[in-house]
Amino acid sequence: MSKLIKYRQLWQLIQALFREIIREPGVLFWGILFPILMSLGLGIAFTKKSDVVRKVAVITSPAGGNTYDSPSALLSFLDNNCEKSTPGGKDSYKWKLYLRNEKLGNSVFYFYEMGWDEAMMQLKRGTVNVLIAEKNNVPEYHFDPGNSDAQLTYIKLNSVIGKGNVVPAEGAQNVIPLTIKGTRYIDFLVPGLITMGVMMSSMWGISYGLIEKRSKKLLRRFVATPMKKSHFLFAQVSVRMIMNFIESLVLVVFSMIVFRMVIQGDISALILMFIAGNFAFAGIAVFASSHTSNTEVGNGLINAVVFPMMILSGIFFSYHNFPDWSINIIKLLPLTIMTDGIRGIFNEGAGFREVTVPIVILFGTGALFFAAGLKIFKWH
Amino acid sequence: MPETVIEVRNVSKSFKSVQAVKGISLDIRKGQFVALLGPNGAGKTTLVEMIEGIQKPDSGEIHIMGKKWKGNENEIHRIIGISLQETRFIDKLRVSETLLLFAGFFDLGAERVEEIIRIIGLEDKKSAYVVNLSGGQRQRLALGIALLNQPAILLLDEPTTGLDPVARREIWDILFKLKEKGETSMILTTHYMEEAESLCEYIVIMDEGVILREGTMDQLLDEGSDGKVVEFTSDAGLLPAEPDPAGLPFHIRTNATRDRGSVRLRNFDTDLPAFLDYLKSHNISLRHLECRRKTLDDLFVELTGRAINE
Repeated sequence: MSKLIKYRQLWQLIQALFREIIREPGVLFWGILFPILMSLGLGIAFTKKSDVVRKVAVITSPAGGNTYDSPSALLSFLDNNCEKSTPGGKDSYKWKLYLRNEKLGNSVFYFYEMGWDEAMMQLKRGTVNVLIAEKNNVPEYHFDPGNSDAQLTYIKLNSVIGKGNVVPAEGAQNVIPLTIKGTRYIDFLVPGLITMGVMMSSMWGISYGLIEKRSKKLLRRFVATPMKKSHFLFAQVSVRMIMNFIESLVLVVFSMIVFRMVIQGDISALILMFIAGNFAFAGIAVFASSHTSNTEVGNGLINAVVFPMMILSGIFFSYHNFPDWSINIIKLLPLTIMTDGIRGIFNEGAGFREVTVPIVILFGTGALFFAAGLKIFKWH
Repeated sequence: MPETVIEVRNVSKSFKSVQAVKGISLDIRKGQFVALLGPNGAGKTTLVEMIEGIQKPDSGEIHIMGKKWKGNENEIHRIIGISLQETRFIDKLRVSETLLLFAGFFDLGAERVEEIIRIIGLEDKKSAYVVNLSGGQRQRLALGIALLNQPAILLLDEPTTGLDPVARREIWDILFKLKEKGETSMILTTHYMEEAESLCEYIVIMDEGVILREGTMDQLLDEGSDGKVVEFTSDAGLLPAEPDPAGLPFHIRTNATRDRGSVRLRNFDTDLPAFLDYLKSHNISLRHLECRRKTLDDLFVELTGRAINE
């Protein structure tokens, strides 16, 4: 009999909390559609090679009132090899050089004819970042060596103009573009989007849900009945976990179809890792929302948890670019542990052997925060 | 005498620097409907929440059906029904789903939920989301939730505050029907004296954490006078500013503009002529005069010098 009561309670709680979530129209968009749009946008932005446009100033009247040798090697190169803009047309450039390269992507150079002073002005404004002049019939490049983009423009142009004619782009035979699955940006991104989604919706869903129910005095009303507190928390956490699972599954299936992503490692390890991560963030969420009934304080608390991890844990870009001393700390963050683990399974073919320790750590983190949160949890 | 269902002994409770309840004792008997009447901040909610087990008293004892809260939470929760001041339920849950959720806590099913929906008269709103209910409908839902487990003790904290007279009447009707059955004891907090008067046979007047008076309506109103009040109006400034003109056996209370006043007459036969003589000798002509029975509000003014809803 008492078992039946328990199940009825739990079942009603799970149903009610589930309905609460799915009846918010925003849930469908932010939980499911938004991560897909983000993966689509970022995936395409970082995988599709588009033409790189570079703008260069050509100094036709050198400083000091001098003139170039006639015929000028630079000017005749530009005249002979570039597409010239139509006089009186709307284009402000004078020459256009199109370098095609299947592997590295195409580059378009626009050359603007101007005097030294104007070129300086354009340089300061960032409109151009390389100036070409000519001295003794040899092109002279002026640019800030600290600007890597300018350096790249110089290297590309120098290899072309220096030889007097356009070198066929197929010369880059020793370049082998990486398109192996697991090494593309999208492969890096999708596991990060999954873990970030888990963190965000656990923290906002559970924490905010609890704080809001406390501020509405609904928690107080619940505990004035024979409801078991553990059932309530269990329902809250498990409903969120189910939602997270659905959201992640949709994203993974989408990435598999659209980006031909593959899960190279052990799927059961992936599922356990996912549950461990959910458990860790559910614990942190309960802890963060254990005391306050003020939704604005709640906002701050949740942001204090999610922001540092979102920036540091290598969701969009590798955290290995952070200073060395910080990397060991970053690796201890729950989001880093979960993301690295899930990425390992997706892209490196990791299995239980590689992710057992992270899974144990995440479960431990969750248990610790749950215990601490429940100890100070305010129902009234 | 019916058995005591709630026993409050010498209970006190403080919050930081405020002593909300100061050594209150109270007995509620089976089937009794009791009103805790007092202004905001009187300590009504704190007292009720201690009886509900939500707050713990700093000192004193509370027994529900002879049992203390500590160690008997589950058992007591099953015999009480509660409606808290301003609880907001889950917005996007339907009326029937909300009731079903709470019914689940008491191991009750859809049948009881249907019954409750009929009792609270929300049949045509049972599929509506809670967020779309009016204030009165929400309070009826809260009352319905309190009644789910057929509680022996019903504790309602300001169930009609902020409602229009029609919505208030609807809540009262539900409670009248409950009273007729005589199975349930109720404590209701309110700052509407007409609510206390019409619903409850026993009234406890509270202010600043203490009980000022308690008793049945008759006991409270007959206390110390035959309960007649004369209210009158005059031209501005004509009435005496002093509340207690010398030589009269009663107090004349006037408002700030001295055009409206009242006297409480202990002995109607001798005091009324004395009052009229007073008016005549002071050349005060009245625009309007009304004589009525003393009310709880008058009693509260007598006890505290201010009105309940001031």
